[in-house]
Amino acid sequence: METSPAVEQARAVLAAGLAPALKRSDAPAFGCFPVYSPFELYRAAGLLPVGLMGAGGTVDIVHADARFQSFVCSIAKSSLELGLQKRLAGMEGEVFHSICDFARNLASVFRRNFPTMHIEYIHLPQNAPGPEIEDYLVSEFRRVMAGLEQRLGRRVEDAAVGAAIREYNRPRRLMRELYAMRAKEPERISSSELFPLVRCGTLLPPDEHARILEAAKGEFAARKARRMDRVKVVVEGAFCELPPQGLIETLEGAGCYLVDDDFCAGWRWFSTDVPEGPDPVRQLARAWLERGRATSTRYNPDKPRHKDLVRRVREHGAQAVLFMPAKFCEPALFDYVVYRRELEKENIPHLLVEFEEKMWTFERTRGEVETFVESLLFDVRMGIGMGGTGWGTHSGTWTSGDTGWRNTELQCTRPRARRCRTGTTGSPRRRRAAPRPPTS
Amino acid sequence: MISGNCVEILRAFDIEPAFPEVNALQLAIRKQSLPLILKAEEMGYSSDNCAYVKADAGFTFGEGAPGVGKIPKPSLIVCNFVGCNVYIKWFEHCAEFLNVPLTMLDVPFVRGDRPTDGDVRYVVAQLKKLISDCEKLTGKKFDIDRLREICRLSAKAEDGWQRCKDLCKNTPAPMDAYFDAINLMGPINVLRGTQDAVDFFDVAVKEYEGLVKDKKGPIPQEKFRMVVEGPPPYPFYRQFRDLFASWGAVAVQSTYSTVGGIWEFGFRHDPKNPLESIAQQMLMENLCNRSLLDRYKQIRRYVEDWKADALVIHSVKSCRLFSAGQGDMRDYFANELGVPTLLVESDLEDPRYYAQAMMKNRIDAFFESLEHRRLMRRA
Repeated sequence: METSPAVEQARAVLAAGLAPALKRSDAPAFGCFPVYSPFELYRAAGLLPVGLMGAGGTVDIVHADARFQSFVCSIAKSSLELGLQKRLAGMEGEVFHSICDFARNLASVFRRNFPTMHIEYIHLPQNAPGPEIEDYLVSEFRRVMAGLEQRLGRRVEDAAVGAAIREYNRPRRLMRELYAMRAKEPERISSSELFPLVRCGTLLPPDEHARILEAAKGEFAARKARRMDRVKVVVEGAFCELPPQGLIETLEGAGCYLVDDDFCAGWRWFSTDVPEGPDPVRQLARAWLERGRATSTRYNPDKPRHKDLVRRVREHGAQAVLFMPAKFCEPALFDYVVYRRELEKENIPHLLVEFEEKMWTFERTRGEVETFVESLLFDVRMGIGMGGTGWGTHSGTWTSGDTGWRNTELQCTRPRARRCRTGTTGSPRRRRAAPRPPTS
Repeated sequence: MISGNCVEILRAFDIEPAFPEVNALQLAIRKQSLPLILKAEEMGYSSDNCAYVKADAGFTFGEGAPGVGKIPKPSLIVCNFVGCNVYIKWFEHCAEFLNVPLTMLDVPFVRGDRPTDGDVRYVVAQLKKLISDCEKLTGKKFDIDRLREICRLSAKAEDGWQRCKDLCKNTPAPMDAYFDAINLMGPINVLRGTQDAVDFFDVAVKEYEGLVKDKKGPIPQEKFRMVVEGPPPYPFYRQFRDLFASWGAVAVQSTYSTVGGIWEFGFRHDPKNPLESIAQQMLMENLCNRSLLDRYKQIRRYVEDWKADALVIHSVKSCRLFSAGQGDMRDYFANELGVPTLLVESDLEDPRYYAQAMMKNRIDAFFESLEHRRLMRRA
């Protein structure tokens, strides 16, 4: 596959990290902890929203371990470590959200340890959309705006919020288009390319991000590519802490086409553009409620997450789900129970692979995913039904060791796919004719 | 539902509340939690998930526990979470596995000094929705006067609670405001809004006043006064308590006992404004919905007003609401305020995380150094 200059540009942005954003003279940086944040409000205040999304393997945890215990997720500790090592100097402030108990307490720890920063905490509602919840969210956004006005000593105008919505709609629309292109023709755009393209937007103004995405879209459209003998998978669970680039490359190298994922979920939250009408603050609140993602950090009885996951699997023609929670991520780990139950009801194979942002060895993950993929491809070739019949369930759990990562346990909670042909997890009567194996 | 808040509304409809977290702690203290936790882990719960949830899941979604039986299927699940995000998942799972309707009360976390007007309006609107759900479920019409009476009983029990805690300002304290106050959490959280709770605290106050008069406490000689932060290791409750008692250490205040409401600083349910005061209590007048920094202020007030010698932090893996960031808390109290602070780790539910020998070592070393410091000061 030929190299994409746009992807190289995105990788260069990521390699430079937060430093260039912190030195910009046009707009002070304002850090946004995952998952979703109303970026438009900060942009309207003349700030540059940037993602404070951990530090991957780029920082040694020296001080943060004394603040947070061993069972706290890596992103919380490495984000704090950046501050304690004074690598966030120049950041105007930092915003946290009601996503989990770690994030909530991290906001307090930031407030005490970095008293010159503007620390904000947003409670995003946990319920079905309705008039009261919308009024509440509007009042919450207005409170955030008032806090910024007080801090910066200038008005944050509604018109500026409207303009910021238009600005952010552009890269979000382009990301949706690139995701749709990958889902349709995964051979044309690899996930290890799409990941940096999306992620670099957490460090750039929306117009600069849009330019890179636009260029990438043109390059991918012109590309000639051949479909490989791989399994289409949906990746779920990595909506907050981000996996290392090497892990995504490993998944692809092990034989997966990622046709959907939830990386950087907050930066591509909406299923459509945010409407550009009067009262932009209300438009943004309403869009969050009605057009937002179904993700583990939000309870919305109108859009159950496990049903939405199955819908996405079916919609993208995926053959399996890779459930990929970050180590210690409570929202994702809890949801696994319900997801797993639903996937088994629907006979969709799945594999659990825990990760950590600072993970640096991938051989065992590769071995496990390869085994999973091979067993699925074997079943395709042997004529065991695709798309919902006769599939077994594969479940592996991974835990971290002192010297990198090792697979300490492989749990097969159901018989493997081959055994499924004897009818242990799927009724033979419900099998249908074998699909044509993918051509390579 | 979750104990400690808005139980008054359910009582107004004669709905019998059941509390999953109380089931979990009962199972832990009876040393029955581990097989249920393992059962939940087989269902897919992670070893890193809250063990309160896992013990309850193994118990409620399975066949109950020997000698305890099985919890009957509820008619309604009310997730009245304050602060703790895990409750959302827990109650979603209850609704999913038991196939019971779920009413979610979304209580915004306190972000500033007090809840905003928007927060109060939002919670009151949801309480009205809960009332409407209860009307549909029971077929009874909501009676505001009944709720006023229940709030009056709640306020009387809250008076009793405050008096018990206030009496611990005496030396010696008449009760251990951690281990004994956890026992008092039963009546204040589970029976609140009933005459039984009022009667209980009348008896307790009388008894503690008598002990103060006789200068008696829970142990023969009170040598150290401590504030305790964090839930206890329920599977090893007695052993844990004895580690402190052996040093003559008595808790004069604790944060865990205020998870269902902070009554010692004067807040009361208001029969004149029942819904608003219920909303206020859920939003502000409990430990869980306040920030970690608010908790620092609460502990600081405890240390100063209750004249404590030390702060003991029991960090539990299960409850991140409590424990995430307690290292920072230790840094603040030990290094900024100069309060001797001990941080120990185990779990409130999962016995696999408790190591008696290590715990004893840490606690002995801490009190030995406190004793040494005291001797040096005298010299």
